[in-house]
Amino acid sequence: MTAKETIASATNGETHAAPSSPAQRAALEFGKAWTYAPAPEAADHVRIDPRYELFIGGKWVAPSSGKYFDTVSPSTEQKLSEVAEANERDVDLAVKAARNGYEKYWSKLSGIERGKYIYRIARVIQEKARELAIVETMDGGKPIKESRDVDLPLVAAHFFYYAGWADKLAYAFPGRSPRPLGVAGQVIPWNFPLLMAAWKLAPALAAGNTCVLKPAETTPLTALLLAKIIEECDLPPGVVNIVTGAGATGAAVVAHPDVDKVAFTGSTDVGKRIQKALSGTKKKLTLELGGKAANIVFADAPLDQAVEGIISGIYFNQGHVCCAGSRLLVEEGAFEPLLQKLRDRMQTLRVGDPLDKNTDVGAINSKMQLDKIRELVEAGEREGAERFSTPCELPTRGYWFAPTLFTGVSQSHRIAREEIFGPVLAVMTFRTPEEAIEKANNTMYGLSAGVWTDKGSKSFWVSQRLRAGVVWANTYNKFDPSSPFGGYKESGFGREGGRQGLLPYLEVD
Amino acid sequence: MARAKDKDTAGAPARTDERENGFVPPARLSVRKAYKMLVGGQFVRSESGRYIQVADPMSLGGTKENVPWASRKDVRDAVVVARGAWEGWSGRTAYNRGQILYRLAEMLEARQGELARSLERGGLEASRAATETAVAIDRVVSYAGWADKYQSLFSSLNPVAGPHFNFTVPESMGVVGVVAPARPALLGLLGAVLPIITAGNTAIVLASEEDPRTALVLGEALATSDLPGGVINVLTGRAAELLPHLAKHMEVAALDLHGVTPELARKAEEAAIVNVKRVRTRSIDEAAWFDADGATSPRWIERFVEMKTIWHPSGA
Repeated sequence: MTAKETIASATNGETHAAPSSPAQRAALEFGKAWTYAPAPEAADHVRIDPRYELFIGGKWVAPSSGKYFDTVSPSTEQKLSEVAEANERDVDLAVKAARNGYEKYWSKLSGIERGKYIYRIARVIQEKARELAIVETMDGGKPIKESRDVDLPLVAAHFFYYAGWADKLAYAFPGRSPRPLGVAGQVIPWNFPLLMAAWKLAPALAAGNTCVLKPAETTPLTALLLAKIIEECDLPPGVVNIVTGAGATGAAVVAHPDVDKVAFTGSTDVGKRIQKALSGTKKKLTLELGGKAANIVFADAPLDQAVEGIISGIYFNQGHVCCAGSRLLVEEGAFEPLLQKLRDRMQTLRVGDPLDKNTDVGAINSKMQLDKIRELVEAGEREGAERFSTPCELPTRGYWFAPTLFTGVSQSHRIAREEIFGPVLAVMTFRTPEEAIEKANNTMYGLSAGVWTDKGSKSFWVSQRLRAGVVWANTYNKFDPSSPFGGYKESGFGREGGRQGLLPYLEVD
Repeated sequence: MARAKDKDTAGAPARTDERENGFVPPARLSVRKAYKMLVGGQFVRSESGRYIQVADPMSLGGTKENVPWASRKDVRDAVVVARGAWEGWSGRTAYNRGQILYRLAEMLEARQGELARSLERGGLEASRAATETAVAIDRVVSYAGWADKYQSLFSSLNPVAGPHFNFTVPESMGVVGVVAPARPALLGLLGAVLPIITAGNTAIVLASEEDPRTALVLGEALATSDLPGGVINVLTGRAAELLPHLAKHMEVAALDLHGVTPELARKAEEAAIVNVKRVRTRSIDEAAWFDADGATSPRWIERFVEMKTIWHPSGA
């Protein structure tokens, strides 16, 4: 019996595509009972400048082309600000400033002094955390609940953690006399804009490098606010440079001959292009790329906990998460009760204004991303999988996609193979642990995975066999600066976080 | 205890008037401080009522100030609160302990002048006092960073020959009794206590007998940091009298002895057998405390952790 046949028999003809079907009516109907009064986060104390220049050599510099691009709120489609577009000349200036900052100041400081600068940054981030969270939510569309309670605490924690390594590098790699590389060129994505900036800058600076950071074009604002914080912290000029722009700007950072190290987080496609561009050069490279994580639920799992883990695994940050648990693998015996619980829980998710404190699922980051999600969801329907989307009202302006899951998915379907990077879950089943592992590993990606079982020995056994850089057992989407993160296979190489996260920024004997 | 030779008052402003028997009423009378020990987050005098006189070289002709002379009962009270504080302190996340230690550095920085002045009053040249204070604050910053890192260095995944996950992790010991070095009075005390509390232990410190006052000024900074009461307890008095009481106390898990005479160390080691205390002695000279590379080594933390090995089966 194939997996698809299994599902057909398990669901007994029940269809999940239309919320008005009889089977659906039998499920919990929340309707108006779940309508909350608006609870908007006050944003009137937040000031966004009408225009931002480039942050190069400790100064705000106009782009040589004179060009600026708009950054809009994906929930309102309104322009928030305009941001400088850096071209090759601007990037060259930034790399020169970083080199100067490295040679003149940063490489001459003792570890403890470098650490104290980074502690300052961490402290000011804590002080301004709410403001940064609000701007993150306005610029990127993620719920304020997440930017306030997840992104910002992790951002501050990351700077705190790596600040503490600055004077301890000799102990991190004993007997290997670690030395900084020089100038790091760093290109980051739009899904966790400030958190990715922290993941890149904090270890690089602690290890003694200087940085040129290129934030994503749809979410540049918090990186620019971070530049202001760095300015307030009196960092030596050129130690951190922030150049905004789109793909061409990132390409210029990566290709600059005086960049010693490149760190990229983003899609596997672009990652491969960067790896190619760097081939034959002496530049060091780390890549944190896409994922198609399997979230494996055994029949002996605590199902209610598993449902929470599945929900946060795929709907957290609208599914714009490279380690999202986008493939749910359920042991046959648990399929029916689990899917019922999952569909019920999905209907309690509140989709809408990201600045509302009750919102669970915010806006899709951009029109482009929304189009990509729609395309793949249509492919899923066309290829014969059964779609269930929560019957929620979506705002008329902005970019939105209702939480969605597919059953009757086979491994060859595009929705089971390709990274959707949206709130779309592909559900499959398995009968034995071996089959679960085989299906979980049947992907070009290998960033993360989840295992749900009440049997401890099984969770270790499965974890050891999953080809993924992070495995969550009876939990999902947990991050900590002390815990290394990164992928196997085409999800990239190198680790961010922990002692291991220093290594990409150091030369060791 | 008071330094044998009081510093003269040459550096102090001239306050004598030869015409009037040497007395001139000051324009404003300064308010003197009653120095108190820090026990369980509270400022206390010794229950014994005893005091030790310490020179105040800034004052008119050799005035002395009084610091508490702790008793056996004070030691036992401190053990009770340190033991109570251990549960909470060791139960906090490593990150939180690091945050609290960093906050302590912020509080010390704000009191930098006061601490340096106290060291001067305790007999140091101004420039040495300033250096010691600055190094001491940076030492706190350094250990704030260790709070969530030493675990990664001390722990191991053990590749046992069988289907098991087997790992070894460090845990705290409990209450540690510390005899701080005579000099450096501030940096030595912090340098001794920081690795102990960073690892989740709580400490009872017998302060330098050469400059006990600075330890009590430090106590005022500790009390205004986010450090929970009882994590660091500062006693002033005579180590020769108090150490044996710490050494034989059943609720004290370990001792950290600096600059203790061989006879006193032997006495403590003998008493320590009562509950198989871990007794560490650290003999480094005064200058070595200033060497950041040496004095912030994780091996100072490693002396105050227990290692726990956990076996977990792995199988479908």
